[in-house]
Amino acid sequence: MDIVISGLLLGGAYALVAMGLNLQYGVARIMNLANGEVLVLGGLAAFWAFVSFGLSPLLTLFLIAPLAFAGSWAIYALFLRPLVKRAKSRGQLEVDTILATFGMSFFFVGLMVSLQAEYFTYSFLAWPISLLGSTVAANRLVAALVAAAIAAALYLWLNRSRSGLAVRAVAVSPGSARLVGIDVGKVSALAFSLGGMVTALGGCLISTFVTLDASAGVLFTMKALIIVIMGGVGDIRGAIIAALILGLVETAVATIVDPGLTLVAAYAIFLAVLLFRPQGLFGRRSA
Amino acid sequence: MNRRMFACAAAALALSFGLSHGAKAETPIKLGMVAHLSGPLAGGEAVTHLPNVQLWLEEVNAKGGLMVGGKRRPVELVQYDDKTNPAEHIKAVQRLATQDEVDFMVAPYGTGFNIAAAPIYAKYNYPMIAVTAITDEIHELTAKFPNMFFTLGSTTGFVEGATRTLEKLRSDGVIGSKVAMVNVADAFGIELADVAREKFTAAGFEIVYDKSYPLGTPDLSPVVKGAKAADPDAFVAWSYPPDTFALTEQAIIEDLQVGAFYTAVATAFPAYAGKFGGAIEGNLGAGGVNPETDAMKAYRKRHQEVTGKAPDFWASATYYSALQVLQQAIEGADTTDREAVTAYIKNNAFDTVIGTIKFDAHNNSERYWSVGQWRNGHFVAVADTGMGDSVAPVAKKGWK
Amino acid sequence: MSERLKLALGVLIALAAAFVPLIADGYWLSIAVTIMMYTALSTSWALFSGPTHYIALSTGAFYGIGGYLVATGMSDFEASFWTMAAIAPLVAIILAGAIGAATLRLSGVYFVIFTLGLAEMIRNLVSWVQNNFLGARGLYVLTDFDERHIYWMLLAVTVAVFLFGWLLGRSRTGFALRILGNDEEVARHVGIDTARTKILLFMSTGFFAALVGAIVAPRYYYIEPNVVFSPELSFLVVIMALLGGTRHLWGPLLGVVPFTMLWEAVSAAAPNATTMVLGAAFLMIVYLIPDGITGLAAKLIRTRSPS
Repeated sequence: MDIVISGLLLGGAYALVAMGLNLQYGVARIMNLANGEVLVLGGLAAFWAFVSFGLSPLLTLFLIAPLAFAGSWAIYALFLRPLVKRAKSRGQLEVDTILATFGMSFFFVGLMVSLQAEYFTYSFLAWPISLLGSTVAANRLVAALVAAAIAAALYLWLNRSRSGLAVRAVAVSPGSARLVGIDVGKVSALAFSLGGMVTALGGCLISTFVTLDASAGVLFTMKALIIVIMGGVGDIRGAIIAALILGLVETAVATIVDPGLTLVAAYAIFLAVLLFRPQGLFGRRSA
Repeated sequence: MNRRMFACAAAALALSFGLSHGAKAETPIKLGMVAHLSGPLAGGEAVTHLPNVQLWLEEVNAKGGLMVGGKRRPVELVQYDDKTNPAEHIKAVQRLATQDEVDFMVAPYGTGFNIAAAPIYAKYNYPMIAVTAITDEIHELTAKFPNMFFTLGSTTGFVEGATRTLEKLRSDGVIGSKVAMVNVADAFGIELADVAREKFTAAGFEIVYDKSYPLGTPDLSPVVKGAKAADPDAFVAWSYPPDTFALTEQAIIEDLQVGAFYTAVATAFPAYAGKFGGAIEGNLGAGGVNPETDAMKAYRKRHQEVTGKAPDFWASATYYSALQVLQQAIEGADTTDREAVTAYIKNNAFDTVIGTIKFDAHNNSERYWSVGQWRNGHFVAVADTGMGDSVAPVAKKGWK
Repeated sequence: MSERLKLALGVLIALAAAFVPLIADGYWLSIAVTIMMYTALSTSWALFSGPTHYIALSTGAFYGIGGYLVATGMSDFEASFWTMAAIAPLVAIILAGAIGAATLRLSGVYFVIFTLGLAEMIRNLVSWVQNNFLGARGLYVLTDFDERHIYWMLLAVTVAVFLFGWLLGRSRTGFALRILGNDEEVARHVGIDTARTKILLFMSTGFFAALVGAIVAPRYYYIEPNVVFSPELSFLVVIMALLGGTRHLWGPLLGVVPFTMLWEAVSAAAPNATTMVLGAAFLMIVYLIPDGITGLAAKLIRTRSPS
């Protein structure tokens, strides 16, 4: 039981890491290598608000959301749209965005180092809660619950609303979406900004139980890439299920086998999934 | 015509300024530093190294600089960022040595970086007073690089400190013989755990839980749950900063009841107490200082005043001491000739904020604190090598 | 330019490069070592990724295998540097062969991230093995090499990479690769064993990366598994190669040299904000030089010559 509960909570945290990138890469076709840095920025904001003003990270969430959305929109409009416009093929866009977002990740790290060079560490909701006979940390539980709420909201929006339909259409085929009168540029910007927002919110929550520092982003970027690819590009369900699988596998291996092998097991599962389903769990075969 | 006159006048003015300026101030002594301003070790560098260099420069330059050849020469810092990348580090040290031609350098943060940079320091005769470098190869390294000095102790010295602390607690009846031990699977953690396995067993402790976890593990709750299930009397973690924080938080959440709780790097950081407050009363960790000496009190006060933050309770003071050694050696040798300064370091004793530093035949200072314990907001040394002023450890009593 | 002339030019440049340590010392030599290392890595990376369009993020894993095997061999098994430097690339070749065979089904981004995940798995596995089964008193690589020796060894590897690339370009396999690079379907129809060709090339990148890792290990003296298995290195190699362009054998070289110099210039000019300025400089390059340096060079040549 311990394994299931801890595993699901960790999976929830992973979902926070990966959902944003899933939108950015799956819909807007931006392979965002600065994703982890945006997450750490969210964590830095939470840390700063908590230490300076005693503001609860749960309140900071509401401040971060509009800022991160607007910031991501600006990044998309200023830096990424020109790349999308000039790209002659999907391959070239991929190369260009990898190079550009790699540069951005450096910039963000430098920015954060100049703001706070030491570890962002504080204590929030660090008390035990008994859940079905298992002891869990309150901050992890809260993060997992918020992750579930965000996932549910995204899922409903994508599947029940007109704008969500447009987003899904662009995810499947930008070319065809354009033919049916969808403003692909706007939808991509929307997906990218939402993705940035979700990632920053994730960072805000994760900072309550993981000690971050300005350079920690790359770890999260790699985790997010793995999860998005394992789930299948462009499907929000895939990312969530992949995140939960990783959480459960890591916790099970740490508890039953050896904590030293947790990450090995996580990557082994990822590799195995791709070997049996080269397009990821929920991915579509590329045309 | 007018414009020309003006230019001439301006040049003359600038010249006279330059001359009078040059006549007053002596040529500065250039001090080189390659820091990890970003990357995995940047957090530790920002706590332990950077503020001390700032403090030392402030102190030295307030007096007008270092006294060499009957004149005070100000010290000027030339600093580069290596992004915690050893290849970049080597290049930056080379640049300091051959392009900037700095007079002296301060040692980098981290064992691997000290060893990687040592050949370059040796090649250009820079004395290297390593602080945050803990290894059991001190004799081999100093034989190969005779201008390299060690100040913070050896791997075995550290483990022996921890072993003695546990033995003392056991003989006081605070703990039994069951130890749960975990380590981060990186060079530092692997080495310490390996030595500890041997020393703990030799001292009659039974290691009931012995696991490693990878660098960057996001959830350490299975580790703490596993350790708790083994029902240990003491918990020892050879950990890095992020996991030191995470393990302690999990121990609080799991209410891990042990008579001794030890975490390694970052336990001595002020941020550790800042995060956990009173819950960490009685926690053990790597380092510790004697906060009672006048020199240490004055140092801690100045550090707070100049840098705006408190120093850590471990390598901060030692790093500042290494700068003091350099300062006294330059002034004592009365030259910026590096070979003379290195010889001076080898042959003299130095008065520093951690007491007297005197290097042995292997360029090693066998005076260091190895285990600290949080008591009332101070992280007090409870085990040492050669210091002789640590206090007896006490039981860890719960997490309230 | 005829092939013969190109070859002669290449030999000349290599000879000139061999004399660098005799004139450059200290700082400039350490830059030359960096350039040589990344040239070997990026060029051999591009030999595989250029024609196949597979972006492999596994360089760090092979490089790490080279560095780690040398370190553990010398520290834990008292082997000589030369033995380990010979064994490491062979291990990497076998591993690369297995990986190649397993991953051919993957395409595009799935391959990219697969190699990243694989590298991370190897890194953690090695740390775990080192932790639990090997003498763990630190991995020291103590040799008598200095920067010059390392430079010359890297130069030899770089020359070997170029020679390999040049011979490849003239061979049947190279011809097959060009077809494969243009259209995999066509390649298959004309009877090219695309799978075999790709795997062989992937093995060659693994071989060279491990060799470079092994040669560079003595430079650091003390090896930490988490440092040598560097994901950052994998990204940098890709970035430099893409910057230079992967269509020509000498493309990555044109990425490595300016990238390293820019990096140095930024570190010197903005020591307290290196990372930030580097990021900004990087963005500028992407926007101002859209086709990489080779693209820029080609454009310049085209505008110069009236034809």
